Formats: sequence, C-alpha cells, structure tokens
Amino acid sequence: MSMGMVFALMGAALATALPGVGSAWGVGMAGQAAAGVVSEDPDQFAKVLLLQLLPGTQGIYGLLVTFITLSQIGILGGDPVQDTATGMLYLFACLPIAIVGLISAYHQGRTSVASIGLVAKKPDQFGKAMLFPAMVETYAILALLISILAVNGI
Amino acid sequence: MAVVKMQKLSICANKKHRKEILETLQSMGVMELSYTDIDKDPELQKMDTQMAENKYEKRQASFEQALRLLKTYAPSDGDKTGLFYEKRQVPRSVMNEEIANRHHFNVEVADILSAEKSITECQGVIQKDTNAKISLSPWADLDIPMSTTGTRDTACLIGSIPGQITPEALYAAASADLPEPAAVTADVISTVNESTQVVVICLKNEAEKVEDNLRAAGFSRPSMPVNGIPKDEIARLDAEIASMQKKIGEQKDVIAGYGGERENFRLMSDYYHSRAEKYDLLGKIPQSRNVFFLEGWVPADQADGISKLMTEHFGAAVGMEDNGDPADQPVELHNNKIARTAESVLKSYGLPQHGRVDPTAIMWVFYVVFFGMMLSDAGYGIVMALACAIIVIKKKNMDPGTRDFLKLFFFCGLSTTFWGFMYGGFFGDAIDVIAHTWFGVPSDQAVLKPLWFAPLNNPMRLLMWCLLFGLIHLFTGLGIKGYETLKAHDVVGFISDIVGWYMFLLGLIFLLLPTDLFASISGMTFAFPAWMHTLAKILAIGGALIILLMSGRDRKNWALRIALGAYDLYGVTSWLSDVLSYSRLLALGLATGVIASVINMMGSMFGSGPVKVIIFIVVFILGHTLNIAINALGAYVHTNRLQYVEFFGKFYDAGGREFRPFRHKTKYIQVKEDN
Repeated sequence: MSMGMVFALMGAALATALPGVGSAWGVGMAGQAAAGVVSEDPDQFAKVLLLQLLPGTQGIYGLLVTFITLSQIGILGGDPVQDTATGMLYLFACLPIAIVGLISAYHQGRTSVASIGLVAKKPDQFGKAMLFPAMVETYAILALLISILAVNGI
Repeated sequence: MAVVKMQKLSICANKKHRKEILETLQSMGVMELSYTDIDKDPELQKMDTQMAENKYEKRQASFEQALRLLKTYAPSDGDKTGLFYEKRQVPRSVMNEEIANRHHFNVEVADILSAEKSITECQGVIQKDTNAKISLSPWADLDIPMSTTGTRDTACLIGSIPGQITPEALYAAASADLPEPAAVTADVISTVNESTQVVVICLKNEAEKVEDNLRAAGFSRPSMPVNGIPKDEIARLDAEIASMQKKIGEQKDVIAGYGGERENFRLMSDYYHSRAEKYDLLGKIPQSRNVFFLEGWVPADQADGISKLMTEHFGAAVGMEDNGDPADQPVELHNNKIARTAESVLKSYGLPQHGRVDPTAIMWVFYVVFFGMMLSDAGYGIVMALACAIIVIKKKNMDPGTRDFLKLFFFCGLSTTFWGFMYGGFFGDAIDVIAHTWFGVPSDQAVLKPLWFAPLNNPMRLLMWCLLFGLIHLFTGLGIKGYETLKAHDVVGFISDIVGWYMFLLGLIFLLLPTDLFASISGMTFAFPAWMHTLAKILAIGGALIILLMSGRDRKNWALRIALGAYDLYGVTSWLSDVLSYSRLLALGLATGVIASVINMMGSMFGSGPVKVIIFIVVFILGHTLNIAINALGAYVHTNRLQYVEFFGKFYDAGGREFRPFRHKTKYIQVKEDN
C-alpha cells in the first residue's frame, strides 16, 4: 500500500467527516429551535422541519465526494493510487467540500434557527424564511462542484 | 397570466336589507370591503357589535373545545385535520336545517363541557385523597384513632421522631428522669423515610415531663392529624377514589356518547365563526338612521353583475368609484389551469402590483424544468408524480391551495422523469445493478442508456448546459423588465437599461466562446467566422458605451453621470455570479444520482441467494425513500431560490396587496348552494 493511498483515503474520509460534523451541528441547533416552536404551535411542524433539514445537505455533499473518490482509488472501484503525488491530489480535491461544508453547515444552522424564529412569528412568510438558509448553502454547492470536478479530473 | 383588474364600488342601501346584503356578499365572496372614514359626517355612526361578536366567538370556542374533548375521549378517524383534509360538502338545505337545530347542539355542548368540568373536579379530589393516603400510610398499623389523647389516668402521645429508633431506645428516652419503674409504654409503629412513628403512653400527671423528654429526642405531633383509626381512614379514601374514578368513567362515557355528533359540531363551529365575522364587519360599516354604506373592491368584470344584483334585488344605490392609486388596489392573479399551480410560489415571495407583469406562467416553465434537472431521476419522478396524482384524484375537496401545490409537483415529477431518462437515472443505476447481479449481464455493459449523456461521465459539458439554461432564465427576466419599460412608453430607458445590457452581455459571451480559455475549461471549441468576432466586439463595446453614458441619465453633472455608468457596468460581476449560481442544477442532479447508486451498491453487496434479494429490497426501499425525501427538499428549496433571487432579481419587485374578499371562512365545511 503506497503513501499516496493514505493521502487519498484521508481526503475521502475528511470529505465525509467534516461536513458531517458541520451538518450535525447545524441540524442540531435548528432542531432545538424547531422543537421550541412546535411546543407552542404544533401546526408549524412541517415548516420548521423543512428549515431544520436545510443544514443537513452538506453532510450529503461530503458523502457524495467521498463515494466518487472511493470509487476511483481502488476501494470501491478503479485502480489503487500508486504514487504519493496522486494521493495528495485526491486529498486537495476533497478539501473544498470538507472545509466549506463544515463551516457553511454551521452557519446555515444558525440562519435556520433565525428563520425558524421568523416562521414562529409570521408563518405566512415561510417562502422568505426558507431563502435565507438557502443563500448560505450556495457556497457549499460551489465547493461540492469544484471537489467533484477536481476528483473527476485526476 | 395577468393581474385581475379591480373596480371600487360603493353601495348605499336601506337598513332593512342589511342582513340580506351582507349575507349575499359573504356567500358570493367577491368583494373586499374597505371601511370609509366616517369622521367627516356626523350623521353616520358605527354600531357597537362587540357583545354579539364576543358571544358568537365564545360559542365557536365551546364547539372547538367539545371537538377537542371528543378527540381525547372518543378518538376516531374523523379527527384528522391534516394537510390533506377535505372540507365536508354541505348542501344549503341541510345547512339550514342544522342551523335551525342549533339550540339542540348548544345543549349537547353544554352537557359535554359540564361533564368535562366534573371530570376535572373528580381528578382534583383524587389528587387530594392520594396525597392524604401517602401521608397516612406510615400510620397504617396504628390500631387506635390518631386523635386519641389518652384515658382517664393516662396520656397518649402520638407523633414522629426523625431517624430510626428502637422501642428500647424510645422507652429510655421517654422515661428519662422518671422514678423507676417508669409507668411508660413506648411503641414503634413504623419507620419510613428517615422518620419513626411512635406511640407513647404514660400517666397523665407525668405527661408533661414525658413529652418534654420526647421533644428533646425530636418528637413532633403529626401536622395533619385525622380522626379515626388510620386503617379505616385509608379504606375510606380508597373508596372515595374508586367512586371518583367511576364517576370520571361515567362522565367520559357521557362525552364519548356524543362521538357521532362530531360533524354537526364542526358545522356549528364554522357557522358561529361566520356569524362572528359578520358582526365584526357590521361594527365597522358606517350607518345612519335609515341607511348603511359599504365600500370595497370587486374584480372589474363582476362589478356590473354585483351592481345589478344590488340595485334590482335590494333597491340599493351602487356607485363605481374612482380607483385612485393603483398601489392601494388589492391584487388577484388570473392564470390558466396549469400555470395557476405556481401561484403559491409567487405568493410566498409577494404579489405583483397593478400595472406590472404577472410572471407566474413564465416562472412555471422554468420552475418545472429546473426542479426536474435537480431531482433528475426517472424512478423518483414517477413516484412523485403518481403520489401527487393519487392524492389529487382521491381528495377532491382538499384545500385549493394544497391541491394546486400538489398539481405543481405532479408536473415537477413528470419533468423529473424526463430528465431522469435524459441522464440515464432510474432509481440511480438500479436497472444496471439488478441486471449485473442477478441476470448475468456482463458488468461492463450498460442496460439503461441515457438518452442524452450521463452527467458523471462529463460534468463539464453539463455544467456548460446548466449555465446556458441559467442565461436563458436571466435573459427572460431582463426581457420582462424590457416589456414593462416599453409598456410605460419609456423608450430611452428600454434602450439604455435593457438593450444596452443585452448587447454588452451577448457581445462578451461571443467574444469568450472561441477563446482558448473557454475551450480548455469546457472542452468545447467554437470556430466563429471573422465577421462574428467583429460583430461581437461591436456589440460588447456598443453595449458598454450605452450603459456607461446612459445609466446615470437622470444626473445633470456629467462627471457623476459617467461615474454612475461605470459603477453600473461593474454590475457585470453580478451577472457572472448569477449565472454561476445555476451550477447548482448540476451539483444537485449529481447528488441524487450518486447517492442513489450508492444505495443500490450497498443493497447488492451482502449475502447470497434469496437472502441477498431480501437485503436488496429492504435497502432499496429504505434508502431510496430517504433519498427522494432529502433530494426533493433540496430541489424544492433551490428551485425557489433560483426564481426568487436570480430571476426575480432582474425585474420583479413584489409589493402587491392580496385580494381578501369578505367570504365564509370555514374550517370544516363548504356550503354548496342548491340549484
């Protein structure tokens, strides 16, 4: 097993681990706020649940990059990485979604908390409330795109 | 696709028709009432209807309370009022019969509420008795009344001492300093929770001394002494609790006995709500001694009909008022059956103002296409379309808003199916996995081939297409703005703000396409003839000049004007970021497909023979259900975002006020007029 394989697997692991941590963090925060709203007004359950789920997508994006990586580095398919340089390439290709996923999920969680508060006060403003967390997610999507393109291009 | 024209009406009628007119308007539900300022005219007054309104609100609240109690004590399927709740269709004649019967229902509800009250009382008694039982339980073995103070010659001291104490120690403590042999008997009844219940009997003339001794050991009399023997007392409490429980059971049966009246109660709740609303309105309309005035908005095409009805039927005077500032008019949208489904999407951003374009129909097209591209799996699309279709067909009397929403997602499901086949996704790569695993198809041979191409094989190519779709979306938005500018006869504005941008952007794009930079990014090469290149240059420079010179055209100072123009030109970066934002079409589309494949892979990894099939089916169902849910949510959120931020950003500012006609606002029923 080459050193390259170690780096490549490290990248793949980080791509799931960091955004997963961020998403758990964000969804957790939003969930607490959502539970508070439902305790006062159970009718808002569906709306606040949607808002709670929004920071959860980063974890999935990370998973996605991990699977594409694993299927190229000989763990789920493809050929094992032979040299250190290629392994490093995989590691760096995974970094955008790993880092941006972690941080954006945390901040999206905070925005979701605020939006859940908005829905609690004005349930008819759900469309707008949903938009604020979605704005944060843009950057995770951009990072995901770059990670996919980079991994695919190696 | 239009904003419905509104007409302001004023109605003046004799008071004797007041009830009928209001009821007619309420059941027609076409007029939004606005309330004229009456300070101008001392003749006009408003009626105080607060009492009546409160009365009917209270009635409605009791029916709601009764319904809640029925839900608790006699739960049935009929209690569900979820998202897909269907309002019961009630013919007018039935409705009138029920209303005539309202006193009967009020009596029934009073019965339910009084039953509930006695349940609460019984529960209070049970609670009290249970507490008393708990405090008595340490004394259960005492066989004399707790209030015993002694006999002719003896004193009886009953009480507790903290901590544990043996009878011997108790005797020693009680008889301290008494002449031997002390005439004292000391009994320990029980030791519970760090306290010992004791009975000490002594001679009456020594009682004071003994009690002092005991107090020194921490003795205290019970805080709530009861008469009678504790055991008997506990038995009495038990009997009382049992009888209270029996009574609660009976009262619950009384409430549950009304389970069949559920529908009637709902009808009454709606009826009283309508009545309360009517009185609320009545309190707001100006009235003189003999006449009353109404003012409000109706859709312009119905104005004549209403005016005719009012004059002929009720002898009212109806006037068509000047509409005034368009910003004050309420907004209602009118779209065809299909485009109407996207109205709720528009509404949650905000309605257009009068005189502006209603973009619902155009938005509908992009909404459905983009949603499909993001979810992009034929299997998921079919599931979604079927689910929506079944609910829409089965639940005909659902809330119209929810129904339209489901219809929109039916179309989104169809679009998802289309894009799924284009990308070659059917529950991910389920067909290929099944074929390779169980049907011996060689694993390098694809079964379900994409009609277009598989995104993962050539993501850059799809990215370019996504950006192109985005550009079309944005240009459409700019085009709508252009249309509005032209409609306002602002030709200069049209040329400088719209045409200038079109020229500038198109020029830039056509300059960019043939470059090596673009070819290396996208892998596509464009060879344009030289004249195209020149044309692109002219367009770009011409457009830039127009923007530079004309953006700040309302400024007199030329230096400021150019500076503003340059700043506007810098807005090209926002176009760049807007277009790049459409890369989410690719990213989310990939996300669905890859995760679906992962699910299939996990499902086909374990076991062999029939076990393998079972594992695959379980993983397949669970995994894909989860994936549909999470990706449909993502697609929904981001399709909305593309409309709200990128598309609307180019031309749309909401700010219209929703048309809220005076109508029967019902929760449970819908009255059908008999014809």
